[in-house]
Order: sequence, then structure tokens, then C-alpha cells
Amino acid sequence: MLTLTHFLVLAAILFAISVLGIFLNRKNIIVLLMSIELMLLAVNCNFIAFSHYLSDTAGQIFVFFILTVAAAESAIGLAILVVLFRNLRTINVEDLGSLKG
Amino acid sequence: MSFTTVVFYILSAILLLAAFRVITAKNPVHAALFLVLSFFTASGLWMLLESEFLAISLVLVYVGAVMVLFLFVVMMLDIDIEKLREGFWKNFPLAGTIAIIMAGEMALILGSPEAGLHTYPARAPLSADFSNVRELGVLMYTRYMYATELASVVLLLAIVAAIALTQRQRKDSKAMNVSEQVAVRAVDRVRIVKMAAAPVDTAATDEDQPQA
Repeated sequence: MLTLTHFLVLAAILFAISVLGIFLNRKNIIVLLMSIELMLLAVNCNFIAFSHYLSDTAGQIFVFFILTVAAAESAIGLAILVVLFRNLRTINVEDLGSLKG
Repeated sequence: MSFTTVVFYILSAILLLAAFRVITAKNPVHAALFLVLSFFTASGLWMLLESEFLAISLVLVYVGAVMVLFLFVVMMLDIDIEKLREGFWKNFPLAGTIAIIMAGEMALILGSPEAGLHTYPARAPLSADFSNVRELGVLMYTRYMYATELASVVLLLAIVAAIALTQRQRKDSKAMNVSEQVAVRAVDRVRIVKMAAAPVDTAATDEDQPQA
């Protein structure tokens, strides 16, 4: 019998894997963006599981908007990445210090 | 163990393995392809939770558009992967410990009897003629109308931003620059030179143009 806990634990493990990905690939912006997408996927899984088990459709609406914003985010992120590579010839995070932040 | 439970375990195993390969793959192209696999599997899990519209839009929007974009960008960039993976395995013990602790804590909290999550009864399967798309559509265009409009503005913003960021002026472009044309002054275009009038040497002219 599948319970809510099954889906929540699965999403938690997925989230932990993507945090691990951010730790490991600190220099590679492309894999960082992919890890963020995985995190959003884990959050969306939580929303859908709650929506199913509480019989409330609002969770699915939330997922729809998260998908919209995530698509916009990755489009702009990749555009920035392309411009960055064109100007600096690198996507190594360590070389991106021109803002001196 | 019922059929749906077996399906759940198989899909989650594939999802977690694919996610792990995304973050450990050497080649970014492989990482993108494993990300496609994990999205696809997650959409199967959402199908199991009876949210068909979102499952299909995940495949259409993510696998169809965003991941293709990722693949394009990965293939367009000429990057030195070895340099980007410096310190990958050096960080692994600490990062792995933190990730395992994080997942363990969350599993402990979510799985404990005090959390009461197991008391939510499994919903009876919806009837075959129930339309998830209809239900979501009705909600989206009535109660969440304003948010839907805002989402469309966000998408428009993404289009404009992505084009404005990556567009370059072409060097051989013949387009007019109207402001430059309006701002031009006669002094910049015509130079009037004053010079003394010299008598024309007729003999030289005849020599230049021989008689036919």
C-alpha cells in the first residue's frame, strides 16, 4: 500500500542528491543548473503527492506555476551562460570574479 | 505488494539512479541525457498520483524544450571538462556525508509515527471519465486567473531577456540608423574648397584627347 510517506521520502532523497550535486560540481555552471532543475523536480513531487493525498487540486496549480518559472529561469540562465562563454571563453565558476563580490 | 507499489519502487529506483548519474557523469551531454531520463521517470510517478496533465506537460515542456536547450548549449560550448572536475572526488566524502545526513533526517521525520503522514488514507481511484485537465483548467481560468496572467508575463519576459542577451549586431548589416541620419550636419558631408583659378592649358588637353 502506497502512503504519502513513500513519495515524501523519495523526494527527500532526490533533493539530497541534488544538494550533493551542487557540492561536487562547484566549478561547472551547466551541472549546477541541472542540479537546480532536479531540486525543483523534488519539490514538485512533494506538491503533487500532497495534492493527491489531500484531494486538493491547488497543489497541482502550484506545480504548473513552478514549471513555468523554472522554464523561464533556465532559459535566461543558459542565455547568460552563452554570453559569459562568448566573452570569457570559460564557464569555470572560479574565473567569474569580475564583480568582486 | 500491489501492482502500483511495484511500479512505484521500480520507477523510484530508476529516478534515483538517473539523478545520481546526472551529478557524477563526466560528460555534460551524458548528464543532460540522464536528466531527461529522470524527468521522464518522474512523470511516470506523477501519472501514478493521477495528475495526468502535469505528467504530460513535464515531458512536453522539460524533455521537449528545456532539455533540448540544455543539449544545444552544452554542445555549443567548447569546454575543458577535466579542468572543471578538479576537486570533484576531494569534496566527495564531506559532501556525501552531508547529503546522507540530510536525507536520513528528512526520512526520520517524515517516516516517524508522530508525524502522522501514514494516516492519510489512500484515495480511491478516480473514475475513468474524470478529466484532470478539465479540473485544472477550470481552476486556472477562474480562481487563479491573475496568477496565470502573471505566468504568461514571466514567459514573455524570458523570451525578451534571452533574445536581448544573446543577440549580436551583425557587422554586414545594411540597416539604417535613423538617429545618426537625423543628426548629420551639412558641414560633415560637404567640404567647400577655395582655390585660385588657373588658366587652362589647351595644348595639354589636346594631347590628352587625340583626334579620332
